[in-house]
Amino acid sequence: MRTTVGVLQRVAGFALVFVGVTFIIYLAVFSLPGDAIRALAGDRQLPQSVIDAINAKYLLDQPLWVQYTNYLGNLLTGDLGLDLTGRPVADKLADRWPVTITLALTAWTIQVVLGLAVGVVSALKKGTVIDKGLLVITIGLSCIPVFVLGITAQILFGVRLDWLPVAGIREGWPLSYLLPSLVIAAIGLASVSRLVRGSMIENLEADYVRTARAKGIGEGRVVGLHVMRNSLIPTATFLATDLGFLLGGTVVIEGIFNLPGVGNLLFTAIRDHEAAMVVGISTALIVIFLITSLLVDAIHALLDPRIRRA
Amino acid sequence: MPENIPPITAKIPAPKTTSTSLPQAARPSPWLLLLRRPLFWVASTILLIMLAFAVAPAPFAGLFGNGDPRACDLADSKVESAPGHPFGFDLQGCDIWAGAVYGAQASISVGLLATGIALAIALVMGLLAGMGGRVADWIVSRLTEVFLGFPFLLAAIVVLNMFGTRNVLTVGVVLGVFGWPMMARLMRASVRSVTKADHVLAARTMGLGAGRIITRYVVPNSVQPVMLMATLTIGGVIVAESTLTYLGIGLSSPAVSWGLQIAAGSRVFQTAPHVLVLPSIMLAATVLAIVALGEELRTVFDPRERR
Repeated sequence: MRTTVGVLQRVAGFALVFVGVTFIIYLAVFSLPGDAIRALAGDRQLPQSVIDAINAKYLLDQPLWVQYTNYLGNLLTGDLGLDLTGRPVADKLADRWPVTITLALTAWTIQVVLGLAVGVVSALKKGTVIDKGLLVITIGLSCIPVFVLGITAQILFGVRLDWLPVAGIREGWPLSYLLPSLVIAAIGLASVSRLVRGSMIENLEADYVRTARAKGIGEGRVVGLHVMRNSLIPTATFLATDLGFLLGGTVVIEGIFNLPGVGNLLFTAIRDHEAAMVVGISTALIVIFLITSLLVDAIHALLDPRIRRA
Repeated sequence: MPENIPPITAKIPAPKTTSTSLPQAARPSPWLLLLRRPLFWVASTILLIMLAFAVAPAPFAGLFGNGDPRACDLADSKVESAPGHPFGFDLQGCDIWAGAVYGAQASISVGLLATGIALAIALVMGLLAGMGGRVADWIVSRLTEVFLGFPFLLAAIVVLNMFGTRNVLTVGVVLGVFGWPMMARLMRASVRSVTKADHVLAARTMGLGAGRIITRYVVPNSVQPVMLMATLTIGGVIVAESTLTYLGIGLSSPAVSWGLQIAAGSRVFQTAPHVLVLPSIMLAATVLAIVALGEELRTVFDPRERR
């Protein structure tokens, strides 16, 4: 009974968040200054009849709430709307997803592996030179703006050393994705490793670890099985949320490395005042983000029996 | 940090079990401990220098060169370093040192303004959710999720596009309005744990009014983790401003900021990498100092870290 209420509450919350977010974006985008139709036409003035026809087709002559409810209705059937050249936004997105998903997953994997390694090492070597050195390096990397790091990596590894392609995806996976993924991972490394380090240290001092040691269990097993499992709970939450962000937050990196992904498409759409496109992409990104956060709760409950009982 | 641990803490035996740990009355105040940490001094010095740049750039900008970031001579374009101008000139022939000094003001103002707004919203939201009952909690939690639902940069891009002219005020407000959700969550958790504490219960029993309980008992005891997070947010906002500026939707000239300098430098990076170096270092040093300061405060104030 309580589970049903809990699930219903989550679904109601999901719906509310979804409507709230899409409405804010809708409002923000459609109050943008500039006339997209005139921009589409270029120097030559369009006849009034054509403008009227376009306005009617895209419901641009209707009040905002009519447009918005119509948009929500279409969404339920999986329709993200048309862009101003008449192509479905969903189709354009479909072309771009593979690139962004590959990039996000590659970057995320590097981040997880490096973050865990750095976090575990600095927790076990707490207070030593190694711990401090790793701290300085990771925090230092996270303090540099992403585009500075991206350009520096391009010049250093792409041009001077000529190890990896500078931009584009012509070399395919993994070569073309390695450099941008490394840059993304470097930025997020500090948060992951700090989180792992903090919860590892806390758990290493916990009573149950002392019990395990007292029972004569080997140090490798104590750290690997007992400490790691408990330390991973907060980290798993963060990492799952992070993947959600990566899927939508690679606008800058995709721009610098000229990867034809969703972030790149979004940025062009904003620049060109393609309102329908911006709303469509943002909606898709937010759905992904919301689904990841639902998954996060599930993972959380799976890893920590205490939450299931509560 | 073995050599950094102040002697007094070192003498206190680490509590072996939670049940038998003795009350440690002889512990010096956290502020006193802070003064003994070298990293605290390094970070504060860097921040004080940057603040001095931000408040009164004129005397510092003249240290190397002409001291006016807008007095540019195209003949000096991309010159690496000249007598009296050790840091060289950018594409427009403007003195890089003067620009970096004047840039501190805009970048730091955006950081402080956005963080201040985010902190204010987060405190109100956190208190509402933590003390306002189940309905208020549900509403605030969903609202927090709405704002967390936007990836931060994406939200800033969408909203900043609405403004024709963007200055420190607009960028700061937009970044602040989208920067509060994580802090609000932290505040809510912290308020909830405080309201369950005995001293709040005692205050309730004594019949004190809600306003008094909130201002005297709840806020002082729950605000600390949020304040620490706010410190880190300042650094994050400064980085975000530069990224937005690079994308062309942050500050725009004639404003002078680190973000603008770095963005301009990144366009001529292949031929004149020195343009990028100084503002990048200034920005990274400021953010690093803020992070280090936050870390030091946390180490000193968080009882769990003192073990």
